[in-house]
Amino acid sequence: MRIACPFCGSRDLREFSFLGDAGAAGAGLPGAGPGAGPGAGAEAGADAGPGAGPDADAGARAEAVYLRDNPAGRHRGLWYHEAGCRSWLAVTRDTRTHAIFAVELAREGAR
Amino acid sequence: MRDVQSHRLDAAGLVDRARPLGFRFDGRAYEGFLGDTLASALLANGVRLVGRSFKYHRPRGIVTAGPEEPNALVALREGARREPNSKATAVELFDGLSARSQNRWPSLAFDAGAVNGLLAPLLVAGFYYKTFKWPSGFWERVYEPAIRRAAGLGRSSGLPDPDSYEGAYAFCDLLVIGAGPAGLAAALAAGRAGARVILCEEDFALGGRLLCERDAVDGRPAAAWAARAVAELATLPGVTLMARTAVFGAYDGGTFGAVEKVSDHLAVPDPGRPRQRLWRIAARRSVLAAGAIERPLVFPGNDRPGVMMAAASRSYVNRFGVLPGRRVAVLTATDDGWRAAFDLAERGARIEAVIDPRPAGPPALEERARRLGARLLRGGRVAGTHGRLGLTGVTVAAAGGRTERLPVDLLVMSGGYNPNLALTTHLGARPAWSEEIAAFVPGGLPPGMSVAGAARGTLSLGAALREGHAAGREAAEACGLGGCAGEAPRADDEAAGLAASWPVAGARKAFVDFQHDVTVADVALAHREGFRSVELLKRYTTLGMATDQGKLSNLNGHALMAGLLGRPIPEVGTTAARAPTVPVAIGALAGHARGRHFKPTRLTAGHALAAERGATFVEAGQWLRPQWFAAPGEADWLATVTREVRAVREAVGICDVSTLGKIDVQGPDAGAFLDRVYVNGFSGLPVGRARYGVMLREDGFVLDDGTAARLAPDHFVVSTTTANAARVMKHLTYCAQVLWPEADVQLASVTEAWAQYAVAGPRARRLLEALLGAAADVSDAALPFMGAREFEWAGVPVRLFRLSFSGELAYEIAVPAAYGDALGRALLAAGAFLGVAPYGSEALGVLRIEKGHVAGNEISGTTTAGDLGLGRLMSRKKDFVGRALAGRPGLVDPDRLRLVGLRPLDPAGRLSGGAHLLAPGAAATTANDLGYVTSAAFSPSLGRWIALALLRRGPERIGEHLRAVDLLRGTDVPVEVCPPVFVDPEGVRLHA
Repeated sequence: MRIACPFCGSRDLREFSFLGDAGAAGAGLPGAGPGAGPGAGAEAGADAGPGAGPDADAGARAEAVYLRDNPAGRHRGLWYHEAGCRSWLAVTRDTRTHAIFAVELAREGAR
Repeated sequence: MRDVQSHRLDAAGLVDRARPLGFRFDGRAYEGFLGDTLASALLANGVRLVGRSFKYHRPRGIVTAGPEEPNALVALREGARREPNSKATAVELFDGLSARSQNRWPSLAFDAGAVNGLLAPLLVAGFYYKTFKWPSGFWERVYEPAIRRAAGLGRSSGLPDPDSYEGAYAFCDLLVIGAGPAGLAAALAAGRAGARVILCEEDFALGGRLLCERDAVDGRPAAAWAARAVAELATLPGVTLMARTAVFGAYDGGTFGAVEKVSDHLAVPDPGRPRQRLWRIAARRSVLAAGAIERPLVFPGNDRPGVMMAAASRSYVNRFGVLPGRRVAVLTATDDGWRAAFDLAERGARIEAVIDPRPAGPPALEERARRLGARLLRGGRVAGTHGRLGLTGVTVAAAGGRTERLPVDLLVMSGGYNPNLALTTHLGARPAWSEEIAAFVPGGLPPGMSVAGAARGTLSLGAALREGHAAGREAAEACGLGGCAGEAPRADDEAAGLAASWPVAGARKAFVDFQHDVTVADVALAHREGFRSVELLKRYTTLGMATDQGKLSNLNGHALMAGLLGRPIPEVGTTAARAPTVPVAIGALAGHARGRHFKPTRLTAGHALAAERGATFVEAGQWLRPQWFAAPGEADWLATVTREVRAVREAVGICDVSTLGKIDVQGPDAGAFLDRVYVNGFSGLPVGRARYGVMLREDGFVLDDGTAARLAPDHFVVSTTTANAARVMKHLTYCAQVLWPEADVQLASVTEAWAQYAVAGPRARRLLEALLGAAADVSDAALPFMGAREFEWAGVPVRLFRLSFSGELAYEIAVPAAYGDALGRALLAAGAFLGVAPYGSEALGVLRIEKGHVAGNEISGTTTAGDLGLGRLMSRKKDFVGRALAGRPGLVDPDRLRLVGLRPLDPAGRLSGGAHLLAPGAAATTANDLGYVTSAAFSPSLGRWIALALLRRGPERIGEHLRAVDLLRGTDVPVEVCPPVFVDPEGVRLHA
């Protein structure tokens, strides 16, 4: 598989490492509800101490951190160009064929 | 004394008769020529018997002239370079080559294992499953060892491979796979149009069938045209010709795997050259022009040495100048097969008969064959073959059934062509059935691939050239290249004249799969016993499971099953082909990643100095770190480490800590950023100060610990543990780019940019004063505990931190890595009068255990900050990664295992890492387990063994007596639970 890094061009899979579902990024942060998008935790919850939320929330948040969908088909995942420019990329691909539909900087997708 | 080349022609072929090459087969000396394969050279010397079959040990000869060969498998070379199951038809001859036949004892001509042939009625498909069932206890002790001895063809040498391998990447607009007519035409068209082309050919010669047939292209003999085409390709700047390179797999994103046999045509690789090179080729487009493989016919005795594919016989006579037989019968179900009769007759063979099972065919072929004096048996068949170790005759049956025995030494056969389409299926596409050529042809294709010539089922030369040309031109256009592709080469459109001739049940000793001895009867048995899908047929009979992966046999076997089932072949289907399409040595896949080169070895700037000082090194991730510095007269490593620890506690020691990760964090939001990644706060840290911090994972467990120093309001340098340096960098970039893209912060890994030494011990300040002189004030007032300073010393930028891992008065001094060696030497020189000693990672470990500092043993991915006694660091005033989930009930459960110290009750008692903690009198069971020892060391400061441990409700048990039970080492040591800080718990020395 090859990924077209926005900075480095088309590069071999071995330069990248995979993290997981882009939609789950930051799900474990304070203030981030389950399924909240990237960056959602940055502003909220400044005064809440550890374990402040109800247990039900903690359970749902733990699920958001630990459980992932495993779709056969379109999937938007986070990849790290570790042996390249160290950019985090959001790569949309078909998990069955590895056809890549879109590669964008996670930084931009998160805004 | 060498044998004469009895079957070598005087003129024909592309071998260089001025370049004789000596070789040995089964110890006997022969001669061949440059340009031969081992198979062609053996045939030139009249050698027909080259191996014994897998199951029945039947005599076998050379069947093909290419990499699809099922029979002529030999052990190539001697000693550590011996390679079993080498295909003689694909081995390029070199001077001094040595090969041995396989699967025979005591000799090839007299093989005791041939007794299996008499047992053939017993050794049918499923024999193992039916026979070795009982008694069950016999399987491991008797059956399996016996079967393992009998299994397999060749034997590996068992010695380490003396050769080297390497990996390489290549990039192109167009990858052309196969340098036959279609491939050469494609490469020419695309190369002329300006494309970057890579042309891979498995053979050592470029040209494919053009080298083996007596056709004409553009009015020239085919081989001469091929030579001109190759010469033109060599002049095109964007074209790379790669002979001896087999493309073995198609992967995602236009990536292909190929193995280049760089040195296999030499006795020994040239110095500095690899034996093979593994290529990863990234191609925008690809043209598969891998040709087709001729299909055998299935008839009684079709495996006897002297029975050969018709196209292979033309390769031997036309390319290698070898006459594979002098009296020949031709058995062909195709018009194409008749060409063998004409080509062999042209070079002096006597054609006894042409047997064609089809009732009618082109009269011109028959007229030409009749002029050769050959008998024509339309609608005929071969009823049997004769000759103990090689063909001496065939029994043919005419259409009416009348049989006759003909004296021949060569029987060539042609059953049609199977396109080489495996690379089209690697990404999941399935082949499609072509009624026209009675074979599977490519169905779907990988993105960017097109197929041309025989690989597509196009079996006439003219059409193959046109297809190749068009595919090359289109690929160049698709890449945006508009140069002139030139004209397509021209040749005859003579059709191959194919008609299906499938095996039928009933024939005796008619082999479907030569390499695994699968006969018509075995397939029929599988059908009778219900193993009817092609996948079950494969596993029950082992059809297609040999090293040739069924290249010759699969379709015949499947067609036979289809006939038995009364269903069409495409409905019965075919098994899936997977990469690699050719055997690839594990060594080639591994490349340089072997032995100590399995991973890179990273050396610090101080490595040479440490080696000079007699360091013993230890692997720490990819790094080599000094473990200890043994002095003369020290009894063992423990004596050495004890001395090093004492030097630090009583005088001063230096330790290379360059391997710790260093991350530069800069930007207006640097402080706020660190507040979010550490559990404790950093935005309030004054410039010129450092702070210890702990990072959590998003799930609330500890990720790593270390210090961060503030060098300027917008500039921090973060240190990580050696093991987690890359992980923390990845985590921090994730936080900065994905979680908080709005933060104005930049990160850079500077681990290798700085060499860093710890200077620790009560005399550390005196050493630095001696070293730095007026360059820096290192007094306690100017540089208090956790202070950080940047300054220049002798023109070199220096970072000096007052940090302590050992618990002593200590500093870490960093200089650009290029000065690391000089810094280490200067420290030793400046400290000589203070008794400075270098210390290694082992002493570092003892020092930190004595101080109760956690390290990788404790930060194991299962511990929380609270478990490690670091819970008080967790800020309640701010967000940080991991805070929310660190508050889950399971992570704050008071019953968790928490950090404590341990002391043996007996001062002479010895503790070991991994020992489990039990109450006195409790049985050593999981239910009674209270925790375990994470780190243990002999403490020179206390004169006894000590340990750190994770203990259930640990801090509440201080003063309790437990047992440290190590079932692996068989020890059971009574211990007392104590606080984890063994030396200077008040921290007086730190602040000295």
